[in-house]
Amino acid sequence: MGFTVFYLSLVVLIPLSTLFLKTATLNWHSFVQEVTSPRVVASYRLTFGASLIGALINGFFGLIVAWVLVRYKFPGHRLLDAMVDLPFALPTAVAGIALTAVYAGNGWIGRYLEPHGIKVAYTPLGVLVALTFIGLPFVVRTLQPVIAEMDPDVEEAAASLGADRWQTFWRVILPSLGPAWLTGFALAFARALGEYGSVIFISGNMPMRTEITALLIVTKLEQYDYAGATAIATVMLLASFAILFLINVLQSRTQKGRI
Amino acid sequence: MMAAALRVAETPERPKSLTEPRWVRWSLTAVALVFLMVFLLVPLAVVFSEALSKGWRVYLASITEPEALSAIRLTLLTAAISVPLNLIFGLAAAWSITKFQFPGKNILITLIDLPFAVSPVISGLIFVLLFGARGWFGPWLDAHDIHILFAVPGIVLATIFVTFPFVARELIPVMQSTGTDQEEAALVLGAGGWQMFFRVTLPSVKWGLLYGVILCNARAMGEFGAVSVVSGHIRGLTNTMPLHVEILYNEYNFTAAFAVASLLAFLALVTLAAKAYVEHRFHEH
Repeated sequence: MGFTVFYLSLVVLIPLSTLFLKTATLNWHSFVQEVTSPRVVASYRLTFGASLIGALINGFFGLIVAWVLVRYKFPGHRLLDAMVDLPFALPTAVAGIALTAVYAGNGWIGRYLEPHGIKVAYTPLGVLVALTFIGLPFVVRTLQPVIAEMDPDVEEAAASLGADRWQTFWRVILPSLGPAWLTGFALAFARALGEYGSVIFISGNMPMRTEITALLIVTKLEQYDYAGATAIATVMLLASFAILFLINVLQSRTQKGRI
Repeated sequence: MMAAALRVAETPERPKSLTEPRWVRWSLTAVALVFLMVFLLVPLAVVFSEALSKGWRVYLASITEPEALSAIRLTLLTAAISVPLNLIFGLAAAWSITKFQFPGKNILITLIDLPFAVSPVISGLIFVLLFGARGWFGPWLDAHDIHILFAVPGIVLATIFVTFPFVARELIPVMQSTGTDQEEAALVLGAGGWQMFFRVTLPSVKWGLLYGVILCNARAMGEFGAVSVVSGHIRGLTNTMPLHVEILYNEYNFTAAFAVASLLAFLALVTLAAKAYVEHRFHEH
């Protein structure tokens, strides 16, 4: 017990608190100026926007993947199920260079998109692809157990009361998946906000256009602008804490609902 | 893959009224397969194909050159330090959280999860603020000629930080479900504290523990953002495998970059296989 708290403080709490203490030494005026400069705001827009769209894409396809993996059996179904965790297991730098190679103008997929005027690598679209990749497992993994545990009686009741399959899905199945879906969505969104490794290769890192906030923090650090890096990091950290807090509230609600 | 989609089996355990028409099942399966193929299988295949694009000889040369070997060594060393430390901590934390009652328990659980909510870049930044030349301990460390930042200790510290929650968060639910009955029985039968721990507690959580260690190790070896901020990218000295991949890639040495990346991708596949195996064994018990 004592060891737990000691190690936790040493490794996590003390280092993390330096960030806030450092922020506290900045003066308010320069802090605000730092975190609202046009280049930083452009990076927020890209990071939050691409994270949100990526999480929505994962929310849509994740639901289908989770449903198919739980309800339908087909050859290779087990293998595919194990593969879903790839974005967790694959180092982000490897994911970054792999996605860039796939979506570059001469890449396996990029070469079919480019003639149609769709450029992915080195554009905001590339950032979206990377953030979709790293958020992929979250919605699938939060939905799977809920779909598996769903009581068949409820669907049966709906069917015997005359609902067709479509109505059962919209009125009965989907609402019961709501809280888990929202949790998975929020987790994917939160993960995407802080992502660095998989994005920096495919994005091209052009200031104002394809520069994400995490990269901006690194750039400031490399210029020894500790104050600037800290200020931006504080804003990002508060944003992810807010999301984490929402997830916790959601999860405690769902658990209460189940009992 | 498409053949697999066309052979979607009937789902015999569910009556017709409780499943979708066949065409819906087929199209949903096809959509899921295409999505997973585009986002998972294609990038994975590209890594190996690019790595071998100039043949085996170049591949082997890229992963056995001195700088690559030193990166591999540093990655293994980092994992060898951070995984055992977090394993011991994870056991201690899960043990104290599940077997004892004390106020502030939920806060402790939230705090353990904290590193997951922090961007890797920020995880690196906090160590720069602590140990950097203009950081809190920087001047003191400088005076005593101790190097943490842009050296191996910084890399290990940042890795410990980002892999901190894995073991504890896998163990907590497992220990919660086993309860304290068996341990009480062992104590009543005269077992000592350590004896009880090694003979009763540890065997009952071994699969959960292994699961946590597998995930912790994968992240420890693959961490990029946090390590990149604290390492200083000194070739042959503070370059881990992911950082080496980045350097080679930025030098347009793509084949070598993908060759080293293929080792990490292979590690990811081993991780997934081990994970699936442990999950399988875990469900049997």
